[in-house]
Amino acid sequence: MSTESSYYVPEQSKLPIITATGMGLMAYGAASWVVSGGSMIFTAGLAIMAVVMFKWWSLVIDENMRGLANDQLKRSYVLGMLWFIFSEVMFFAAFFGALFYLRVIVNSWLGGDAAIGLFDDTPTDAAVANNAILWPGYEAEWPPMITPDQAANGENAIFKGPDEAMSFPGWAKLLGWLPLWNTVILVTSSITVHIAHTGLKNNNRKQFIGWLALTVLLGAIFLVLQVEEYVHAYQHMGLTLESGIYGTTFFMLTGFHGAHVTLGTIMLLIALIRAIKGHFSNEDQFGFEAASWYWHFVDVVWLILFFVVYVFD
Amino acid sequence: MAHGPATLADGWRAYISRWVFTTNHKDIGTLYLWFSFAMFLMGGAFAMVIRAELFQPGMQLIRPEFFNQMTTMHGLVMVFGAIMPAFVGLANWMIPLMIGAPDMALPRMNNLSFWILPFAFAILTSTLFMEGGGPNFGWTFYAPLSTTYAPESVNFFIFAIHIMGASSIMGSINIIATVMNMRAPGMTYMKMPLFVWTWVITAFLLVAVMPVLAGAVTMMLMDINFGTSFFDAAGGGDPVLFQHVFWFFGHPEVYIIILPAFGVVSQIIPTFSRKPLFGYSSMVYATAAIAFLSFVVWAHHMFTVGMPIAGELYFMYATMLIAVPTGVKVFNWITTMYKGSLTFETPMLFSIAFVILFTFGGFTGLMLSIAAADMQYHDTYFVVAHFHYVMVAGAVFSGTAAIYYWLPKWCGKMYNETMGQVQFWVAFIGFNIAFMPQHFLGLAGMPRRYADYGLQFADWNMVSSIGAFIYGGAQIMLLYNVIATIRNGKPTTEEKTWEGAEGLEWTVPSPAPYHTFAKPPEFK
Repeated sequence: MSTESSYYVPEQSKLPIITATGMGLMAYGAASWVVSGGSMIFTAGLAIMAVVMFKWWSLVIDENMRGLANDQLKRSYVLGMLWFIFSEVMFFAAFFGALFYLRVIVNSWLGGDAAIGLFDDTPTDAAVANNAILWPGYEAEWPPMITPDQAANGENAIFKGPDEAMSFPGWAKLLGWLPLWNTVILVTSSITVHIAHTGLKNNNRKQFIGWLALTVLLGAIFLVLQVEEYVHAYQHMGLTLESGIYGTTFFMLTGFHGAHVTLGTIMLLIALIRAIKGHFSNEDQFGFEAASWYWHFVDVVWLILFFVVYVFD
Repeated sequence: MAHGPATLADGWRAYISRWVFTTNHKDIGTLYLWFSFAMFLMGGAFAMVIRAELFQPGMQLIRPEFFNQMTTMHGLVMVFGAIMPAFVGLANWMIPLMIGAPDMALPRMNNLSFWILPFAFAILTSTLFMEGGGPNFGWTFYAPLSTTYAPESVNFFIFAIHIMGASSIMGSINIIATVMNMRAPGMTYMKMPLFVWTWVITAFLLVAVMPVLAGAVTMMLMDINFGTSFFDAAGGGDPVLFQHVFWFFGHPEVYIIILPAFGVVSQIIPTFSRKPLFGYSSMVYATAAIAFLSFVVWAHHMFTVGMPIAGELYFMYATMLIAVPTGVKVFNWITTMYKGSLTFETPMLFSIAFVILFTFGGFTGLMLSIAAADMQYHDTYFVVAHFHYVMVAGAVFSGTAAIYYWLPKWCGKMYNETMGQVQFWVAFIGFNIAFMPQHFLGLAGMPRRYADYGLQFADWNMVSSIGAFIYGGAQIMLLYNVIATIRNGKPTTEEKTWEGAEGLEWTVPSPAPYHTFAKPPEFK
């Protein structure tokens, strides 16, 4: 409930309409890009967005420095960030839900062994017929190395499965397994950002800036490794977006996660630059805190991803 | 601001920049309301095209390809362009007034949420003029119709949906932050007006499911352009996956539309019954229960898709459960009126019609929830009739009631009561002539989304079209009434426009000053 009497209501602003214009251009531009190939409009929209986002956040930071943001306004920002993260959770839930459905339900239907009930694993007649008529020869397995298309149509198939999957390679090769290192890096970065936070709370700026810089570095290393993994997948494993449902779910889940790591790294980098400039104190630190919450969120998403995409194949 | 809002007298530049750059919740609410009304007329025009073509059997006016674009665009524009922004407009105007806040919690983001919409709908509407035509796969855009067999303009549709979603999420976060953080001292959660309650729950639903819709259209985009196989069984995907993802968004979406309507009616009925709302806390809990259940019933839209019997049974019983909290609400509205000193001004007429017709639509919903019976009803005009009873007689009637109810507060002028009541009766009669016969058509087997039909359906289709034209005319009357009120309405300055009205919004002068509650009021 409101307790203060002077909530800061900003004056008219040109920022929102410029942002909306940028978004509109990006949306129209992205569509015309995939339809007819030109990326001009999209790039223009993106450039507008980049500039206006910089201006907008600069303004908010500046207002905060001038003391316009009282505790109540800060609570609005906290609520905004929390619910934004919740919306991101739901975005990932859509893709994790799709993965679950495709893996557990669809795959067994295509393979003809969808069970009658929870306690009776006799295949239903419909699933058997579905497999025999539409995708003869397809056997349900995960990861699916052969698509239903390939099983039924052989060389003429449009969708061809990967040569290799990203699965757990066995204990002997554990140390050379990239996803494990990526997991170690992200979990470590969650700890380092926490140590940075503790440093800030104790007014230890050296600890704060040093560990924050380390976190940004770890985020960047994670991204480099992921690019490396993608290049390897495309060049040596025959694993692409087009290799049936395995490639689809692998790249979409890890890709969206990677995009969010990129965003999180940028947020932390900005917090780092601000920290070096002397911003944040143990009283006033939400710009940094919000970035760290976001960072923990992408970390948790990665842990789920690590287990359902890489480990439990 | 030092000075008041710019008017036309300050010159065009100042006037336009007021609306474009505004951070004022009342201005933004007004923008939302006018935008949604413009979209309502556009979506309505599409509906008129549909009903004109269906006036007689055979193809008279348009080609079937264009008919498909009309049904699709009618649905999309009405859901995302008319009804949702209309209630966001009401939220912007009324929530800060009702909880005693100086403005929305994040005023600049509020402006952004609105101004994304004109861009989104410009992109969506422009698809009608593109090669291959606009979206023609139904507003539910099922794959593979919307992927493998879609016109190229589907890509524009996808990105329009993306930015609309961004707008909705930002708008909702703003509402949640406002309600959680900006209430006047003494305004505890269980003292909030019901409109505020229904909106904060709606906002929660929006933040939860708009990202899922974004996921669905992203999967479409990837399938269409980048060779993925989410919805293609050949690659190991499944078209039915699309329906699951879509309806996980789509079912909460229908409550997103109807919950604020519940809130409006829960404000109006007590006012004109001159009694407090019966069962306030049960209303709050019923709203929350409906919101919760909306997440676990989605596949009742897909009974004919070939689900295992256990799935059919679960989704059938879970869906029927929704009738319980909804029944609580209807009971409470009726009990509020019981032994009240009722008067029947226009907002009350629309609200009573809402209760009757929404309940009717609820009962047909109960019929549709019976999985075995739905095999017969699925994708027939019975479904069309059902959801127009809840969307039009539900959401649109309640939105119209809200306009008449709060218009004096917004512009300080009183509408003409006779004109209002005439508009109500034209709308009420036109609506029922348009949609009641569609139940009979559906039960007789007429499928939805068809440009032509068998001769046995001719009579009721003609009746339905006539009703639709009457109902369309009623909206022009509404527009006239609003403009006439703003321009020449009888001025009213009293705080309490309606004798029986309660709440903080009735403690400020009419028209509500540009800035209200700069200091939070004391709420008893």
